[in-house]
Amino acid sequence: MLNQYPLWKNLLVVFVLATGLFYALPNIYSQDPAIAVSGVRGAVVEASVKDKVKQALDKAGIPVKEMEDKGASLLIHFSSTTDQQKAQRVIAEVLPESVSYALTTAANVPDWLIGMGGQPMNLGLDLRGGIHVLIDVDMDAAIKDKVEAYTGDVRSTLRSNKVRYLTVKADDLGIDIKFKDAATRDKAEEVLGNEFRNLGVETRDADGAYYVRLTLPPAEIRAIKKFALQQNITTIRNRVNALGVAEPLVQQQGDRRIVVELPGVQDPTQVKNILGATATLEYRLVDTEHDALDAKNSGKIPPGSRLYTVREDGRPILLKKRVIVTGNQITDAASGFDQRSGSPMVTVNLDSKGARRMRNVTIDNVGKPMAVVFKENRVVGRDAEGKPIKRLVEDVISVANILEPLGARFQTTGLDSPQEAHELALLLRAGALAAPIDIVEERTIGPSLGQENIDQGLNSVLIGLLAVMIFMVVYYKVFGLFANAALLANLVLIVAILSLLQATLTLPGIAGIVLTVGMAVDANVLIYERIREELRVGSTPQAAIHAGYEKAFSTIMDANVTTLIAAIVLFSIGSGPVKGFAVTLAIGIVTSMFTSIVGTRALTNLVYGGKRVKKLAI
Amino acid sequence: MRTLTSNLHFNFMGKRKLAMTFSIALVVISLASLLTRGLVFGIDFTGGTLIEVGYSEDADLEAVRAALAGNGFAEAQVQQFGTPRDVLIRLAPREGVKSSELSDKVFGILSEQSPGKVELRRVEFVGPQVGDELTEDGALAVLVSLMAILMYVAVRFEWRFAVGSVIALVHDVTITLGFFSLFQMEFDLTVLAAVLAVIGYSLNDTIVVFDRIRENFRKIRKGDSEEIINTSLNQTLARTIVTSLTTLIVLIALFILGGEIIHNFSLALILGVVVGTYSSIYVASSAVLMLGVSKADLMPVQKEGVIDDMP
Repeated sequence: MLNQYPLWKNLLVVFVLATGLFYALPNIYSQDPAIAVSGVRGAVVEASVKDKVKQALDKAGIPVKEMEDKGASLLIHFSSTTDQQKAQRVIAEVLPESVSYALTTAANVPDWLIGMGGQPMNLGLDLRGGIHVLIDVDMDAAIKDKVEAYTGDVRSTLRSNKVRYLTVKADDLGIDIKFKDAATRDKAEEVLGNEFRNLGVETRDADGAYYVRLTLPPAEIRAIKKFALQQNITTIRNRVNALGVAEPLVQQQGDRRIVVELPGVQDPTQVKNILGATATLEYRLVDTEHDALDAKNSGKIPPGSRLYTVREDGRPILLKKRVIVTGNQITDAASGFDQRSGSPMVTVNLDSKGARRMRNVTIDNVGKPMAVVFKENRVVGRDAEGKPIKRLVEDVISVANILEPLGARFQTTGLDSPQEAHELALLLRAGALAAPIDIVEERTIGPSLGQENIDQGLNSVLIGLLAVMIFMVVYYKVFGLFANAALLANLVLIVAILSLLQATLTLPGIAGIVLTVGMAVDANVLIYERIREELRVGSTPQAAIHAGYEKAFSTIMDANVTTLIAAIVLFSIGSGPVKGFAVTLAIGIVTSMFTSIVGTRALTNLVYGGKRVKKLAI
Repeated sequence: MRTLTSNLHFNFMGKRKLAMTFSIALVVISLASLLTRGLVFGIDFTGGTLIEVGYSEDADLEAVRAALAGNGFAEAQVQQFGTPRDVLIRLAPREGVKSSELSDKVFGILSEQSPGKVELRRVEFVGPQVGDELTEDGALAVLVSLMAILMYVAVRFEWRFAVGSVIALVHDVTITLGFFSLFQMEFDLTVLAAVLAVIGYSLNDTIVVFDRIRENFRKIRKGDSEEIINTSLNQTLARTIVTSLTTLIVLIALFILGGEIIHNFSLALILGVVVGTYSSIYVASSAVLMLGVSKADLMPVQKEGVIDDMP
């Protein structure tokens, strides 16, 4: 009974601890307040822009701690948040629209450490401040839109195949087409069956009329939902990037939700407006053959035209139903001011298909007026179930004569404010939402509260830890010291693993660590109480140590496995804060088993092993 | 410091009738309160909006209430949060208003009303639908973890121990919830996490005791089940108390220093640890004894760990 560890076990303890210390190391470097300057949609920030920023900061006399040139982007470190906020105002003025900036924090971790994979822990929004929103995608609307699109296709297919129909009616799940006689109906069934292979086709006779019904099969519905979600995630990601937020998170949750987390954002109102906005543009020719006022008063709208109102003065206007180009064909947009009138405007770039159409239409219509329609889904209220009621608002923001054929790039004026022009350009750039969205959860934490949470969390961990360590030394003497060493090693390992996994540390996560600290000593308490028992029944010190570790082991295993089960269940079922707690609890259980069994045994063996010991200080 | 272990001989099981009466009384009070008063659910579960704002000076709650009432938010609950400068405002979900815009409106009103600067510290908005989902998920988490634990203990020990440990867990959870109901303290997501952690902790405690009971059943030849359980409880008592003590030390540190947001979280855990420690001695072990565990049930089979004599 020599109580000596083989060399490899001692080396293992040293190795694990050294690795732990190494990966925990990045966390002791301070975090600088910083501003990240980056191009919108992955564009490179030009050297001239970088110089401009540097000069502007010099001129304003704001001290810069470090200017990190990352090639495509620029990261500016500051010594204080006051400097950072001052600089924000300066930078906002000099940056062109294609470049965005974001307030962030940047760690001072040396390059060699980063090179070896060392990174500080991610701090959750509750610790660093920011906004978290959970977005619900309105799948019913996505399906309804698709059914409507199919309805138009059905009409044109029947028409081009010269099949006469009476009515085409869309409902929630399909399209009903009514025919006068069975022969036409059968012809239609064949035509539609060939054209819409992905839809279900049924026939039915009722009340002397003949019907074909097209339905969406489950696979098609799944595909529509998946597309709507994916498209919305892409759009929201584009919008978030355009907002200029450092380290944004846009992630799918479940089959109809999107989580957006934006650290450091200080204006939740703007974020919510941009995320949910649906504004887009449409270009149409003006119907000059009919009088709009007459049409409005008589209610007789000429076929092929639609009645709109002009935003500026509210007068009615008739536009051709056929759209020249829609927002979908816009590839890029930037806001600015019109040189002549000084009013806010948006410069629009079209894709090749849109550009071709625009050219063809405008060549034929030089001298005639063209209108720009601004379309937006606005929430106007909520129904009894709390679902938002949305109305499509469409108004004409500009009417101008076509002076010359237009191509891929042109300007649109008539917007209310530079702010509206700016947001419209942003939305056009980011693309449209495939289905309406609704914010169902929001959590915003101000930056000062985040810092308070960090301070309070750290304080309670430290004080709690200190109290437990004092107790352990008083109660278990030398063995208490071993347990304390294990406790510290355990904390280092938890931090190292959190950093390595790049898991996010939240306030409940800190609570999980605190709880682990309390429970981590449990293994040592079990072992030491066993050793005391063995000593009491007259075992020699060496035999007592051996038996103590041996007998306590299965108890420790059982106790920790059951707690681990609870932690895993918490992680898999819980959300947000509960998950953060479960992660640190689970990591803590595993690391504490190592430090409090293997770690303390190594120390015990080092001090007492292999020699004659008369009495144990326990 | 003198150690606690110098040969203790408390007759725990002899007092089990008394303990049981006490436990049943607590559980009944808890259940009665849960049924009649219910829990004060936080917005995580009910849906609604919560706004925390910080003033540069001590806040005048009456003025805040008046300003909100004057702008159509008469039902807003306004209270102090932590320090006299911080104010917490709660709004129920509303019809006809986009809920995610409520917070902006309220903050606008407060900024106008206050002469000094107002800081938006925190906004939490949870839609009613999400709230319902969280409630379901939470209840599911508690049930699933109880089931998983029941199975693990049944496999590792014996079915009577599994039932005993789950009875103890239900006892602990009920009393913790009962406390929150009785004192009408807010039950939010963090408290739910605490309740789940209590399950883990109390179980840890119970398993340690069970482990010793199993060992002693196999080792000690004299004495009936009651005596052996008593011996086991006395042998593990020192550990039970020391571990509870160290855990309570850190929890109290968290309670006092951890800030307003995790106040209820730490309180639930403190309560759970106290009740859990008590229940692993009295409830779990008494239940096992009453279910009629005997030496024969725990004699080692060929392989340890596959003991299962479910009738």
